[in-house]
Amino acid sequence: MKTDPIGALAAHFLTVSLLAVGGANAVLPEMHRQVVEQAGWMTDAQFSQTFAIAQAAPGPNVMVVTLIGWHVAGLVGALVATAAMCAPTCVLAYLVGGVWHRFRAARWRRVMQAALVPMTIGLIAASGVVLAQGAARGPGTLALTMASAAVLFFTRLSPLWVLAAGAALGALRLI
Amino acid sequence: MIYAGRADALRGPLMSASPTDAVPPGSVPPPRESTQPQPGLWDLFVGFLSVAVVAFGGVLPIARRAVVERYRWVSAEEFTELVGLAQFLPGPNIVNLSVVIGGRFRGPAGALAAVLGLTLVPMAIVIGLGVLFARYADIAGVADTLAGLAAAAAGLVIATAARMAEPLWKRPRPEPIAIAAAAFLAIAVAGWPLLPVMLTLAPVSLALFWWRLT
Repeated sequence: MKTDPIGALAAHFLTVSLLAVGGANAVLPEMHRQVVEQAGWMTDAQFSQTFAIAQAAPGPNVMVVTLIGWHVAGLVGALVATAAMCAPTCVLAYLVGGVWHRFRAARWRRVMQAALVPMTIGLIAASGVVLAQGAARGPGTLALTMASAAVLFFTRLSPLWVLAAGAALGALRLI
Repeated sequence: MIYAGRADALRGPLMSASPTDAVPPGSVPPPRESTQPQPGLWDLFVGFLSVAVVAFGGVLPIARRAVVERYRWVSAEEFTELVGLAQFLPGPNIVNLSVVIGGRFRGPAGALAAVLGLTLVPMAIVIGLGVLFARYADIAGVADTLAGLAAAAAGLVIATAARMAEPLWKRPRPEPIAIAAAAFLAIAVAGWPLLPVMLTLAPVSLALFWWRLT
């Protein structure tokens, strides 16, 4: 698996792309499983930090894939991973986008949309746990994760402030 | 050419009224007002670029403000409809959304322009950040900063899930809660691969909702 990281990256993210029914954040545990546990491309902590850097940068959630690709195989890896994650579903979105409106009132459309929501919720919650485990260095980091979740759930504060506060607490060695 | 019909229809009532230019029935897009702007490839690229560079931890509200309120490319109802589509399809939601909006106006080239606008500059920024953090990773302060950032970012994802789950406990019903819990346990606790989990849960969820919604 380590002999051809580019090919493995492409194959991995092509698969993940088609499984990403709840968006990029719903498939983080699957990325973690393959990138950390199977391929050994990065450690648990590196995975959580890669996600954090991608969140701290502007842009869509899919940027975490770009950064994983870059970590594994440099610029080519970044481009290949991002293209593999986006291309198949972009083609699908293009094709379905043309006919979607026609099925506005279709029963199967409402059923499918509604049925995917609870699965997505479970998957994103699982992503949160996997990331929290990778980020945990002790009681301090764990408390920070819970505080961040609480603040962002109960207030309308921009996530950027919470990320900045987390980074500052880390830099000051308060966690 | 799925979107050819839309382009013709936008040109004016005279053209779309002529029988030779008739749009195939069924693929007729929702009616638009004649004042509807017609963004070119560059407009689409710049429009989605302007969304991407200010989007931190949640692109959707910013995208909505841009494409509905600032550029008026789609109406508020259409936007909600398109978000439903983007979330229904696999893949990054906001990327799917940009493909559909870009494609609607300019076909495949428009879809590509929108996606590149959304991703190119953020890719450069995120790689730049990655290079910086990797170069100074040995400095203890940098490692500590990253640890704090990672802990806070994990909380962000947990909050997202909790927000999405609000309807589940405001109007509790056993089926969706069971599906969400099963997905969570299978992935986070058991650590099973996603493919078999989805192939099992998706049909169950579909069957439950089919029975409930019909």
